[in-house]
Amino acid sequence: MIAFIVRRLLQSILVMLAVGFIAFSLFTYVGDPINNMVGQDTTLEQRQELRERLGLDDPFFVQYGRFLVNAVQGDFGLSYRHRRPVSELIAERMPATLELSFVAAVLALFIGVPMGVYTGLHRRGFLSQVFLTVSLIGISLPTFLIGILLILVFGVMSQDINQAIGFSLLPQLPTFGRGETTQIGWWSTGFLTQSGILALILPSITLALFQMTLIMRLVRSEMLEVLRTDYIKFARARGLTNRAVNFGHALKNTLVPVITITGLQLGSIIAFALITEQVFQWPGMGLLFIQAINEVDIPVMASYLIMIGFFFVVINLIVDLLYYVVDPRLRADKAVAGGHQ
Amino acid sequence: MKMQRRTTLWTGLLAAAAGMALAIGSGVAEAKTFKWAFQGDVQTMDPHGLFETMTLGFQANIYEGLVTRTPDLELVPALATSWENVKPDTWRFTLRKGVKFQNGNTFNADDVIFSVERIRSEGSDIKVVAGLIKDAVKVDDFTVDIVTPQPNPILPLQLEIFYIMDKEWAEEHNTTEATNVRGDDQGNHANINANGTGPYMVKQRQPDVRTVLVPNPNWWGQNDSNITEAVFTPISQDATRVAALISGDVHMAYPIPVQDWKRLEDANGVSPLTGPEARTIFLGFDQDRDELLYSNIKGENPFKDQRVRQAFYQAIDIEAIRKKVMRGAATPSNLMVAPQINGYNAALNDRLPLDVEGAKALMAEAGYPDGFEVTMDCPNDRYVNDERICQAVASMLARIGVKVDLLAQTKSKYFGKVLAQNDYDTSFYLLGWTPSTFDSHNPISTLMSCREDGKGAFNLGGYCNERVTALADMIQTETDQEKRQTLINEAFKIHSEEVGHIPLHQQPLSWGVSDDATVAQRADNVFHLQYVTVK
Repeated sequence: MIAFIVRRLLQSILVMLAVGFIAFSLFTYVGDPINNMVGQDTTLEQRQELRERLGLDDPFFVQYGRFLVNAVQGDFGLSYRHRRPVSELIAERMPATLELSFVAAVLALFIGVPMGVYTGLHRRGFLSQVFLTVSLIGISLPTFLIGILLILVFGVMSQDINQAIGFSLLPQLPTFGRGETTQIGWWSTGFLTQSGILALILPSITLALFQMTLIMRLVRSEMLEVLRTDYIKFARARGLTNRAVNFGHALKNTLVPVITITGLQLGSIIAFALITEQVFQWPGMGLLFIQAINEVDIPVMASYLIMIGFFFVVINLIVDLLYYVVDPRLRADKAVAGGHQ
Repeated sequence: MKMQRRTTLWTGLLAAAAGMALAIGSGVAEAKTFKWAFQGDVQTMDPHGLFETMTLGFQANIYEGLVTRTPDLELVPALATSWENVKPDTWRFTLRKGVKFQNGNTFNADDVIFSVERIRSEGSDIKVVAGLIKDAVKVDDFTVDIVTPQPNPILPLQLEIFYIMDKEWAEEHNTTEATNVRGDDQGNHANINANGTGPYMVKQRQPDVRTVLVPNPNWWGQNDSNITEAVFTPISQDATRVAALISGDVHMAYPIPVQDWKRLEDANGVSPLTGPEARTIFLGFDQDRDELLYSNIKGENPFKDQRVRQAFYQAIDIEAIRKKVMRGAATPSNLMVAPQINGYNAALNDRLPLDVEGAKALMAEAGYPDGFEVTMDCPNDRYVNDERICQAVASMLARIGVKVDLLAQTKSKYFGKVLAQNDYDTSFYLLGWTPSTFDSHNPISTLMSCREDGKGAFNLGGYCNERVTALADMIQTETDQEKRQTLINEAFKIHSEEVGHIPLHQQPLSWGVSDDATVAQRADNVFHLQYVTVK
């Protein structure tokens, strides 16, 4: 078990190295950072001097090597734009992204799984058809469009609509930013203030919608499959209650693929939160990254990409470990294999 | 019974609290919070860190220079009360007495001398101003002589963005050098903290999230604004920024996409605030190389022929661009400077008429009756509707047989390609320019002079006329304003006659303001809080 974890962590180093290498080879094509860093009256000599100081004239693998040597010592460089250590910037933004991703993941799971179970059990029910139709929207509309639509309805039009129909049907919700945050150590949380929680609503729904529909459809198809199997028939024949059959036997057996997908999607939620973050001006790591691309802030881009690579590896590892918890067969196999030796 | 007692207790407490609140409330003016949004953040709090309009304009709420400008761009005293040209190369500034920095320290000549040193330090991006100053000499505690490398008649005009920092504060916080992107931590304190003499103080600063300013009660000037707190949020997405304004989350947002003006006019409680910006948009040609980098014409450079350049000029329907692309909000121009710029001359601003047939004839005369192909470089996120202007120009040039291959890209890519560090890798381009000094010398020297001796840095096409270049030097040192204007006129005239560039227009400023607030719009897109009132 420990050997397994260590092996996976070692692999993660390889992944991060590869991500870094590819990232640096691409940075040549994102444009020139110098013009964004100086004013229009800065002379050519001063520009060239700055370019040399930053080592931007070196081939990309030299720049990458330099970044690595410093990174190993815990120094991820200074952001060109913010002129502050990148590690500090990322640490400052991480809580925003993680809180948003966490809320979105919880929404996706706690709405997606029950909806999947329901549509699996009541295949022809009216409500099931409604869920399925709505889920089509979630899966086919791009995230930024959903975000902008939500802003339009709950930010811009809500007052007009309420006035037109004569009562307040739609609440007016914050359309940008995080609201008031509370500082707990280095972690800034929006969970403790009203404006912080209100500000979470639209972005988290936007971010969760795709995952929610994905999970719902996955659970539904798995449920349909499992419900056809013999052991479910036997369970029913034994006279177990519907509840025990549906949740104790059927749902539990659908969970392995659900966990895989949810786990992998959690990585995607964190990594792709950047689109939602940009639409809602959510001050997280994704927004930092997008702004870094616009300004060609190489240290920030490199650190972010490598860190996201690391996130994915760790999440995959956790998913693999969860299999052991959910699926007794895996544990049994190991035990048997151990017995032979 | 018990219940009742508790209720009474609570009521008593509440009444007491209400009474206290009332007592406090009557003592101070009503709280007025002003919220505004821009597409990007203030890049640094360090007044010497970055020469960028938005950053310097924001900092002007906190820091002050020796001189400043009113919303009409008129130069007025700030930390200096008066100045005079005591010798051709020396300006004497008399400093304002009784001014305190926000930490309580007194402002005096030492702070000015120190700030001159600081803008010379490695990380400084205000080195342009540093280059104007050979020496700063303290005459007494409230008099400073600034010696220039050569006679400089317009020095005060060039000092608006030279902000003064407190020497003691900088030394105490180990930030005596400007914030540097490379190297040690020097300057980092000033990067996120501020201590100026200006009308506002930083209460909270979260980069890219929010910056809160409050009035400086000890400011030396008269602050007519009624706001008690100002909250700034960067919102990068156009749609989100416009939505925030319409929904009432912010009082003011800028820039507003030109195509959204109608939406603001239709919406309740907000309206667009527009005006001509001091930024001139123009086209330029590579007139330097013997063969264009991006064209089907080999062995020669058609842009070296003045007739071709004039044909391009007269093929462009500037009215169509103004009406269709800019929604009527641009000011067509024949000069490389806007009316707000010192040295502008309306008599020289008449454009050559639109004349497609004449343009075709000129092309034929120059030996290109069937036109030619050329690649045009264009930014797509730098100026107002920049890419659309380029598209319009391309379709207009098609009428004289010129096939334009448009390469429109994001500003980092665009500038990385066309600027000096990439050896001016362009044949035909669009650029915009606001002279940072508000004086014509800046564009004549930077855009229109031959690329030599540090001049012509943004003369991307290498337009070169020795006389114009010589005039640039003469304009720089001529102290007689009348003679100076004659020299400026001559330079503009030559440049126009030779069609060195094709000026297009001054682009519009585009702000959106809630009806609850009034603000003052400056022609250089700078926004100062002291001119804001909130209902």
